[in-house]
Amino acid sequence: MDYSNQSGFRQRKLQPKFRMRGSAVDSSEPSQLFDDTSPGQSVVDKGQMAYAGQNLLSDPMSNLAMAYGSSLASQGKEMMDKNLDRFIPISKLKYYFAVDTLYVGKKLGLLVFPYMHQNWEVSYQQDTPVAPRFDVNAPDLYIPVMAFITYILVSGLALGTQNRFSPEILGMQASSALVWLIIEVLAVLLSLYLVTVNTDLTTIDLVAFSGYKYVGMIVGVLSGLLFGKMGYYLSLLWCCASIFVFMIRTLRLKILSEAAAEGVLVRGAKNQLRMYLTMAIAAAQPLFMYWLTFHLVR
Amino acid sequence: MALYGLIQAAVLLTNAVAVLHEERFLAKIGWSVDQSVGGFGEEPGIKTQLINLIRSVRTVMRVPLIAVNSVCIILLLLFG
Repeated sequence: MDYSNQSGFRQRKLQPKFRMRGSAVDSSEPSQLFDDTSPGQSVVDKGQMAYAGQNLLSDPMSNLAMAYGSSLASQGKEMMDKNLDRFIPISKLKYYFAVDTLYVGKKLGLLVFPYMHQNWEVSYQQDTPVAPRFDVNAPDLYIPVMAFITYILVSGLALGTQNRFSPEILGMQASSALVWLIIEVLAVLLSLYLVTVNTDLTTIDLVAFSGYKYVGMIVGVLSGLLFGKMGYYLSLLWCCASIFVFMIRTLRLKILSEAAAEGVLVRGAKNQLRMYLTMAIAAAQPLFMYWLTFHLVR
Repeated sequence: MALYGLIQAAVLLTNAVAVLHEERFLAKIGWSVDQSVGGFGEEPGIKTQLINLIRSVRTVMRVPLIAVNSVCIILLLLFG
């Protein structure tokens, strides 16, 4: 249905161009830099395209210009890729988005009910962590990003039911939530540096862990919308408890030393400090969850 | 707007750390670098880490802070 619409639209858009190209074919002016390789072409269109394409290609001047233009474009793309890779490690980011539906389902279930899960270790494959698709304990960035966006939309919805909505509020909510996220990640990084923890937690891992609380916030606000304040408080309490347990069990393996992670209570100032740090990070999550949502439910 | 507040707070905090003078202030409260080069042990401890952090922030951010502060001054003069 929209296939025919698509090609119809393209026909309407291209026909004036064809007429122009037909009249300017001997003035050797390249009006199309790249070949149109889209699959939405009808038969009539293809005939016209082939006719115009042959005219275009047989002209050596426009041939040269087309080749130069495409090489310039590929050069620019290469340079941008190289420079962007220096600031944002794109290949590392791709690992965090290698998820599938089963993983997302299991992880969401784990975020609201982490009490039955036994094995919290991330499995490795020759010294690199396995992609999140294959291991439910691995952190990912898909759930935090989606939860963040959903949280902004849900907060807009909640404000709309109270007649407090205006389009600028969405941007303000987004930027303030983002700022709190940045502050939290910086605080966790600072405290990890001060306690000299040798851990393989990267910054992106910390962003992922801090983003998991948005799931609980969405559940809280939605149940607050459906069931009123009592529903909000109950579901927020449940989600806070589960995020607390989730964070402690996940971070314990990463921050504490091996012996303490297995459950053996190792005495010593170092491990005690690390345990306090883990509990502080986990306790900050419910605080943020309440702080960012209480003004949405009246 | 909240992002702008974050940038403001970050610039103010970095300025605050950069202003701590090594001899006149940090030595008086026992937070100078040469007083904290302890043993050759494995665990530096929080205080040593903080002192190292302050010293490295001061060394690294001295020149960029001049630039950032000048930009802030110019912007505040122009736009109030």
